[in-house]
Amino acid sequence: MNDAISATGLVKRFGRTRALDGLNLAVAAGEVHGFLGPNGAGKTTTIRVLLGLLRADAGQVRVLGGDPWQDAVRLHHRLAYVPGEVNLWPNLSGGEAIDLFGDLRGGLDKTRRAELLERFQLDPTKRCRTYSKGNKQKVALIAAFASRVELFILDEPTSGLDPLMEAAFQQTVREVSADGATVLLSSHIFSEVEALCSKVSIIRDGVTVESGTLASLRHLTRTSVAVEAAGPISGLAGLPGVHDVVANGTQTRFDVDSRDLPGVLRHLAGFEVHALTSHPPTLEELFMRHYGVEASR
Amino acid sequence: MNAYAGTGRLIRLAARRDRVQLPIWIIGAAVLMAAGAAAVADEFPTEESRVTALRGAGGSPAVLLMRGAPVGTDLGAMLNFRNFASMLVLAALMSTFAVVRHTRRNEETGRAELIGAGSVGRHAGLTAALVLAFAANLLLGAALTGTLLAAGLPASGSLAFGAACAVTGMAFAGLAAVAAQLFQGARAANAFAATSVGVAYLLRGVGDALGERAADGIQVTSAWPTWLSPIGWGMEVRPFGAERWWALALPVALLAVCVYGAFVLVDRRDLGAGLIPDRPGPAAGSRALLSPLGLAWRLHRASIFGWVAGSVVFGVGIGSLGASVNDAMTENTGVNKLLNQLAGSGGADLVDVYFAAMMNVFGVLAAGFVVQALLRLHTEEAGGPAEAVLGTAVGRVRWALSHLACAAGGAAAMLALAGAGAGLADAAAGGDEGVATLTGAGLAQLPAALTVAGFVVLVFGGLPRLVVTLAWAALALSIACGLLGDVLGLPQAVRDLSPFSHVPSIPAVDLTPGPIAALTAVAAALAAAGLMLFRRRDLAP
Ligand SMILES: Nc1ncnc2c1ncn2[C@@H]1O[C@H](COP(=O)(O)OP(=O)(O)OP(=O)(O)O)[C@@H](O)[C@H]1O
Ligand SMILES: [Mg+2]
Repeated sequence: MNDAISATGLVKRFGRTRALDGLNLAVAAGEVHGFLGPNGAGKTTTIRVLLGLLRADAGQVRVLGGDPWQDAVRLHHRLAYVPGEVNLWPNLSGGEAIDLFGDLRGGLDKTRRAELLERFQLDPTKRCRTYSKGNKQKVALIAAFASRVELFILDEPTSGLDPLMEAAFQQTVREVSADGATVLLSSHIFSEVEALCSKVSIIRDGVTVESGTLASLRHLTRTSVAVEAAGPISGLAGLPGVHDVVANGTQTRFDVDSRDLPGVLRHLAGFEVHALTSHPPTLEELFMRHYGVEASR
Repeated sequence: MNAYAGTGRLIRLAARRDRVQLPIWIIGAAVLMAAGAAAVADEFPTEESRVTALRGAGGSPAVLLMRGAPVGTDLGAMLNFRNFASMLVLAALMSTFAVVRHTRRNEETGRAELIGAGSVGRHAGLTAALVLAFAANLLLGAALTGTLLAAGLPASGSLAFGAACAVTGMAFAGLAAVAAQLFQGARAANAFAATSVGVAYLLRGVGDALGERAADGIQVTSAWPTWLSPIGWGMEVRPFGAERWWALALPVALLAVCVYGAFVLVDRRDLGAGLIPDRPGPAAGSRALLSPLGLAWRLHRASIFGWVAGSVVFGVGIGSLGASVNDAMTENTGVNKLLNQLAGSGGADLVDVYFAAMMNVFGVLAAGFVVQALLRLHTEEAGGPAEAVLGTAVGRVRWALSHLACAAGGAAAMLALAGAGAGLADAAAGGDEGVATLTGAGLAQLPAALTVAGFVVLVFGGLPRLVVTLAWAALALSIACGLLGDVLGLPQAVRDLSPFSHVPSIPAVDLTPGPIAALTAVAAALAAAGLMLFRRRDLAP
């Protein structure tokens, strides 16, 4: 098996909270894997287990073929981690912090470092205490991406970056991915995950609820359709798989389960349709559908 | 928005955060006071014994430097002589740490920004910190006065004692408030405030040592340096002597000036910034930084230099007074006894006993440094950069050992250089102790400091949430049981719990390798157990 990360049945308790409750995660070598879930779902906890910073109470974990708890130091030579909350030493300069993390990991690529400093527009002579949240994240990102490693584990790495820097981040992830590295990206930013990730895992309350390619996840859900016709379209609501019909004169909008799309199209053929747009659900809609329902329960 | 909006809320928050820490300071002070009062009553029951002791002390600048100017011969005055200066220092330290904790430290951790955004005025944080410090000092003063009254001492002296401690503590709270505005970083602010406590204590000591002796051979009128020191002002209240109530006005005046200054500074600077700005740093890390040990050295070096410099200055001062100890005290049994108790040795040469006692003090200072340095492990871990460092290819043991190495190395440098400084100054003053002997005497204290270090590593590994409290408590207990065990009249079994009870009191007694080897082994075992526990536990977020 050539999974860069595989975790099965992970359990982690903190006192009486079960932060992880049988979580599964598989990240194949070379893929960029999105890791999603609402606040407190257990993403950071999972990542800390993958790094050997926490010991799981039960379950199996393999990272790059090794046991992260036993072989932490050996494995950490081959991976780079950007924590969700970047804490630095107030008196060190940003450049010193970058070199320190890089060196402790086993060395930095100097030209890559210079290139990334330029790309992320970071002044490395400033003391870390004067950096904003976004700039602290840049320090951690540059230190990680300037290391030539096989696996990047990123915990909400862009939560403080502005849109320009977000673009720089995406470009950098594409580059390391093209070089064959594996990326695990925990994020609350759907557009980022959609743009970068070939696969996603969605977790909730410490268990994996969905995992697969974005396309396969979309397949499980509904497509939104908007129709403009000569007159009202009747009989839609009675069709199987059709939801949330909103009719407004000649305009009609509705959602349809993907597997029931052919029947709906046959039904529409009986009307004089002027325009028809449909779009697959965005990741955000997927996510909201999952958690909106849960939240309102 | 009103600049003081939300102050009440912040006071409650601060009081909640300090609900364990401040009571420990206050109750600890009261307990020490009670023990001190009992010990004085026990050891110097008669006027005659006190007169003998004080007469000798008044003739020795070294003793005056450490303790203060005697104000009379009754029980209260004796207690003043033995415990007043240290109580003032305690109040000052409690206050400075509390104020920095609730101002600068808050800003650094970003807590203040959250608070600042939540409809809280810009003066609220500082006001809350000061109010908390004042309340703590009032409680401390009341607790001390109560303890003294309960020990049967006169009311006016007890009140003056408590009031002087409270007011001195408040003055230092004011100084800390200014420091917190001036310096970027809680560490720098804490270091400045704590140094000012040390300088105040030493200035007062110099003034007392140079003081003029009254005709009765007991009371001493301090020289001018005492009047430059807030701790000196507290001492000049002279509780249980002829109380000088007006001296209380001096710390109050300093407090008023400092509070005014701190608020002016708050208005003039941005949140998170200091008035003394940062220079740009290097754009790249130098080779020396790029290893766990290099990093640890970088994080500890400023504090190591400070502690070592302080120890050397103190050592030279101690050394230069050595020869005069002889002249003043050869025939005096009271001081003789006091020093013998401190040094834990009986009947050796008086100058040797004096130096042995002072080396014990250096041992305690080194242990204090070691505790402070090792607690850095905790700050790095809890909400600090340790998570990112341990996410690189640095093992936990290696990371912790780097900090331990800096702590142990710093302590060794402090002790060796303090001893060498004392030896050189002694030689310059015509003494014959020898540089090598006193350097060795200093280093002989190292195993005791390392044992405290081992304990800190053990709790860091095993009970990380309690490490701050337990580390300081262990240090306080080691001092109380070991160094002051005799003075406080504790039974031998209790005294033996402290590593300081086991170090050989060189040069008063000969070097014995047994206890040194044993203490070193205990220190190593504690540290090894701590590292093993640390390796097996979860990293705190
Ligand atoms: N050290 C800890 N002690 C106690 N509880 C913890 C600890 N760490 C995490 N938890 C709990 O475990 C659960 C999972 O937390 P985790 O930080 O993994 O969530 P997350 O998915 O990363 O959330 P977010 O999106 O907010 O970052 C939460 O309920 C959290 O309160
Ligand atoms: Mg998280």
